[in-house]
Amino acid sequence: MQAIKSIRSRTVNMPAKDIDTDQIIPARFLTTTSREGLGDNLFHDLRFEADGAPKPDFELNRPEAQGCEILVAGNNLGCGSSREHAPWALLDYGIRAVISTEIADIFRSNSLKNGLLAVVVDEETHGWLLAHPGSELEIDVVQSTLTLPDGRVVSYPIDAFARYCLIEGIDQLGYLRQNLDAIASFEESRP
Amino acid sequence: MPQTLFEKVWNQHVVVPETADTPAVLYIDLHLIHEVTTPQAFSLLRERGLPVRRPDRTLATMDHSTPTTPVNSFKDLAIVGDSAANQIRQMEINCREFGIDLLGFDSEQRGIVHVIGPELGATQPGKTIVCGDSHTSTHGAFGALAFGIGTTEVGHVLATQCLLQRKPKTLAINVEGSLPAGVGAKDLILAIIGQIGVDGGTGHVIEYRGEAIRAMDMEARMTVCNMSIEGGARAGMIAPDDTTFEYLAGRERSPSGAEWTTAVERWRALCGDDDARFDNSVDIDAGALKPMVTFGTNPGMVVGIDEPVPDGSGDSNFRKALDYMQVETGKPMTENAVDIVFIGSCTNSRMSDLEQAAAILEGRRVADGVRMLVVPGSQQVKHEAEAKGLDRVFAAAGAEWRESGCSMCLGMNGDTAGSGQLTVSTSNRNFEGRQGVGARTVLASPATAAASAVHGRIADPRPYLRS
Repeated sequence: MQAIKSIRSRTVNMPAKDIDTDQIIPARFLTTTSREGLGDNLFHDLRFEADGAPKPDFELNRPEAQGCEILVAGNNLGCGSSREHAPWALLDYGIRAVISTEIADIFRSNSLKNGLLAVVVDEETHGWLLAHPGSELEIDVVQSTLTLPDGRVVSYPIDAFARYCLIEGIDQLGYLRQNLDAIASFEESRP
Repeated sequence: MPQTLFEKVWNQHVVVPETADTPAVLYIDLHLIHEVTTPQAFSLLRERGLPVRRPDRTLATMDHSTPTTPVNSFKDLAIVGDSAANQIRQMEINCREFGIDLLGFDSEQRGIVHVIGPELGATQPGKTIVCGDSHTSTHGAFGALAFGIGTTEVGHVLATQCLLQRKPKTLAINVEGSLPAGVGAKDLILAIIGQIGVDGGTGHVIEYRGEAIRAMDMEARMTVCNMSIEGGARAGMIAPDDTTFEYLAGRERSPSGAEWTTAVERWRALCGDDDARFDNSVDIDAGALKPMVTFGTNPGMVVGIDEPVPDGSGDSNFRKALDYMQVETGKPMTENAVDIVFIGSCTNSRMSDLEQAAAILEGRRVADGVRMLVVPGSQQVKHEAEAKGLDRVFAAAGAEWRESGCSMCLGMNGDTAGSGQLTVSTSNRNFEGRQGVGARTVLASPATAAASAVHGRIADPRPYLRS
């Protein structure tokens, strides 16, 4: 995994609460055996008409959303299915960070393992972001802070190990395999 | 220090304890895998030249993208598209190459992964069980710590039989009293999610406790634990007891002989200590519950069958959900006409679910214009139901009797509802588009689903019950 120390981009807002992973990538696109190309179908049914034309009022289709790499979403983002295809699709599309007041457990874990920053902020900061779409933000992973355009700095919680893996570009399987001796002893010690 | 059931199971599986800087290395006893969330994990193993560490602790089947249309021979399988066919083929290749037994199309033990684990006796109290599927919480009904993981983590378990995990918090849900007639496990879990909300369990493992839970059979307990994730909790658990042991006794992968006796002793000791503390708790009065149905686009938007859809007009998400569902505040859900009824999914596709539906359908007909699909959870459930004549009850009523699989729960295999069609579904998610683009889903119990099929509108099952 590539090391990520910080991200700077404008924001695009999807204020709806409880955006589930079926919305992010509908199940019919999960027949793939690859991680690539899922961005084409990101938010498919919200994003496209039945004939495949983009829906003009969908948040990501608006002209001002083009090139935005930070998605600010309503509370409880990524609930539902454990499909890792959801963060793969977001990354493949070009989203590098998601921000919400709450991010569902499995989606958050999947996101961080793929280098998609999953940032949980307080309601006040979230409210400000929703009121100011297109804001240029800096998300600093090393400091675990978010810098708003007016210079305010907000810290966000992130698991120490996930943060370490992100900034060092460490893949967790490599770390886990360093414990193979302990795993073997554990197996021998059990009935 | 007194411990909860969860803490006991967790502590027994810690290979390396967690620290402020690093998560725990947690040992996994049973890894369930299916065709949709594993191909990229096997690719990772290939890229790194790694074997599967414990094929013997890995149980594989195919359920999500598989057809459920009746066939004379699996050579005629109607797979929905080339991509799904490729995924199914890839699963066979991966299992063969990495030495994993696959309960595939030629196996009479194939079925929905969360139905076959318990059915085979592979799911046992005190085990840690994971699968690339959020409904892995189902197995918690046996007092296992079971939760859904992503594909990267599937790769971790394949390669090391372990996961990196932070210890979650605990939430006790105490269900006292007893469920009234016509009110079942599905109604209970929908009511619980309605109360705690779809994020009420985030960061927690739920333990379901109390008189109503202890009175449930294993299939009802599985229905409850299955939907823990719809309340945001990765896992839900129930303390193992005699009901659990009776279910497991004599199953193919259950311990036998002297090992059985030792195992039961070990399992009994898993129950939470009397004075163990939970981080949070919720109390539910089972006696006050009714048949429940969802009215919106997440499983927390739930209402009693004879109660009006609540007013949430101040909330834009709520209004949007009602618009999508084409339902109105102030009116009960029973006013809505039904297009499709789906009985199936890892929530409600076991024998007792099919029996509840069949009891209502016997001697009655599915209403004109309503399509009803009954999809058993496994080939074993299918054969058992056929031996008891349930397939003939469904067929006589005008319902379709299918091969096992996930089917319309997520519509991945081509079993879908059309745009605008309303499906009363015994599955677990009523998300927008889950069962087909523009499809409207109302979650309900097998009894409510069957009564709705007969009535042609969403119906209270209680008047249809026979003593």
